[in-house]
Amino acid sequence: MRNTMEVIELKKLHKTYEGIVPVQAVKGVDLLFGKGEFTAIVGPSGCGKTTLLNMIGGLDAPTEGQVLIEDQDISALSPAELVDFRLWNIGFVFQSYNLIPVLTVKENIAFIMELQGRNHKEINDRVAYLLDVLGMKDKMNIRPRYLSGGQQQRVAVARALASSPKFVLADEPTANLDSQSTENLLELMETMNRTEDITFLFSTHDQRVMDKAHRIVTLEDGKVVRDGKQEKVE
Amino acid sequence: MKQYLKLAWRNLWRNKRRTIITLTSVILAVLLAVCMRSMQKGTYANMIENAVRFSTGYIQIHAKGYWDEPSLNNSFENNDLLDSLIGNNKNITLAVPRMESYVLASSGDHTKGVQVIGVDPRKEDALNGLSDKLKQGSYFSADDAGILVGDELSSYLDLSVGDTMILLGQGYQGMTAAGKFPVKGIFHFPDKRMNSSLVYLPLIACQQLFIAYDRYTSLSLMLKNPTGQSRTVTELSSQLDTNNWEVMPWEAMNKTLTQEIAGDNAGGVIMLGILYVVIAFGVFGTILMMTMERRKEFSVMVAIGLKRTRLIILLTLETLFIGILGVSTGIILAMPVLVYFKLNPVRITGDAAQMFEQFGIEPIMPASLNPEIFVHQGITVLIISLVASLYPLIYVARFDILNALKR
Ligand SMILES: Nc1ncnc2c1ncn2[C@@H]1O[C@H](COP(=O)(O)OP(=O)(O)OP(=O)(O)O)[C@@H](O)[C@H]1O
Ligand SMILES: [Mg+2]
Repeated sequence: MRNTMEVIELKKLHKTYEGIVPVQAVKGVDLLFGKGEFTAIVGPSGCGKTTLLNMIGGLDAPTEGQVLIEDQDISALSPAELVDFRLWNIGFVFQSYNLIPVLTVKENIAFIMELQGRNHKEINDRVAYLLDVLGMKDKMNIRPRYLSGGQQQRVAVARALASSPKFVLADEPTANLDSQSTENLLELMETMNRTEDITFLFSTHDQRVMDKAHRIVTLEDGKVVRDGKQEKVE
Repeated sequence: MKQYLKLAWRNLWRNKRRTIITLTSVILAVLLAVCMRSMQKGTYANMIENAVRFSTGYIQIHAKGYWDEPSLNNSFENNDLLDSLIGNNKNITLAVPRMESYVLASSGDHTKGVQVIGVDPRKEDALNGLSDKLKQGSYFSADDAGILVGDELSSYLDLSVGDTMILLGQGYQGMTAAGKFPVKGIFHFPDKRMNSSLVYLPLIACQQLFIAYDRYTSLSLMLKNPTGQSRTVTELSSQLDTNNWEVMPWEAMNKTLTQEIAGDNAGGVIMLGILYVVIAFGVFGTILMMTMERRKEFSVMVAIGLKRTRLIILLTLETLFIGILGVSTGIILAMPVLVYFKLNPVRITGDAAQMFEQFGIEPIMPASLNPEIFVHQGITVLIISLVASLYPLIYVARFDILNALKR
């Protein structure tokens, strides 16, 4: 029996990119992330944040070590199984929003739930609720290109949350946003973290974003050099 | 599935101009292909229909061996079994019995070798409108003992209506065939050879002349649906004892026309091939661009949980939309043109017209509305579009998500 419920467990994770000069991007990372955590992964450029998040998200395979999601070793899954695993368990937010351009705001949020094959009522209720939280009901029928970057990223967060994932991964979600939009986005993420107890794991360079995190994991040269909790900023 | 249809449809219109250009090329190609095929098929059908009316019918039944050795000794006796087989076959609209042989025709000092065809006057007229071809005199009836002769033959033998022609030759089983027949009418066919060497006789009189009572040399069949010809041949062949009978399609009996059509058709097929290559490149280019410029989008979709197989379905649907839209629009646009040219066939002039007349065929090119043409072209273009989208599909099946995501 564990005393805390771990959502993500990383065991001796290594990643080496083969090439003329092999690059050891991640060198032995052991980490645990519990349910409802709101964690920032920080560190200098090239320290391995993206590589780490990609391995956790099942987008990249570790060279050594394991990624366990609720005790399931995802490196044992086939590529097709991994796609399904991501569909049901992980929400993704990307740096450059990456909404589906031909779908409206509402359809973008509903998209993953439709892939999951959920019923209409369930989808409609959840989309309506998320649009409400976003404060974007008036924009639900327009396509992403008519939205500001900040608005698009909020929709992206809603899309990631719509499927009720076990956790949300966000690689530098605010890197393209101005400070006001950054603040709004973090507020949205925090709200969802608090109200739905959804685990968030995001990388950032931005000090204001780090200030909002409840836990900060610092990487340097592919290794964890600091891992500290901080008081919730109310 | 509705989700994918919606996505595919909207993706198609992301770059309106490109899609319209691609669609236009498919539509034009289909339009051209369908019109070309329709004119060709229509012309062939007209040639065949005309040719078989004056010669063999679509299918001819003989006694075994007659085709290789066309003599009265290879004729057959009228029989109920054959009649009932033919009466029961739904694709047969008309069965025309004939007795054909060669004799010497003379009048006064002139003599000429001619072909005698004994016909059932009513059925022959139904088959090829023989009575309309008369220039002088009148048509004969079944119990007449008069003859119809070609205009050239009549002037060669210096005969006019009411004069008598003497026919002399060999009858059934080596007996002597000889008779005097009054000229009832003089005909003129487009085919010159027929005018100078053909004599029509009512069947009964002909059987008497050759002492071959109740016998025929051939039974020519006209069909309701000529495209079902080979099935009818198979049916008849299986019902008749092939030791005693031969069932031949017109292609086997009229090799010249068959070759003429095959040669012309080959030219058409090459033209079609060129058109199809154009379509293939157009569709390929568009689908390739639609794929390559969306690499990042695809990788995002796979990252958030869309299986690659689903992505392939999506792309295939996009291709199918282009194909189906192109094909249906092309066919819809072709329709009025083809209906017009079916009702108002193009007239052929010059050398080509002579070739037609030599076969006794009206020199026109009617359009054909045979659904087969549309189905064939439609399916071909759809298959071509799908083949053109194979490379993009293979790309989607294999691309590296992270690489594409970085762009
Ligand atoms: N596909 C790859 N092939 C080779 N080397 C790579 C590849 N991806 C990343 N790297 C290298 O691995 C190391 C870690 O890269 P990573 O992108 O994880 O860093 P990061 O912390 O996300 O940096 P940034 O803050 O700039 O986003 C870097 O040295 C990078 O050059
Ligand atoms: Mg990075």
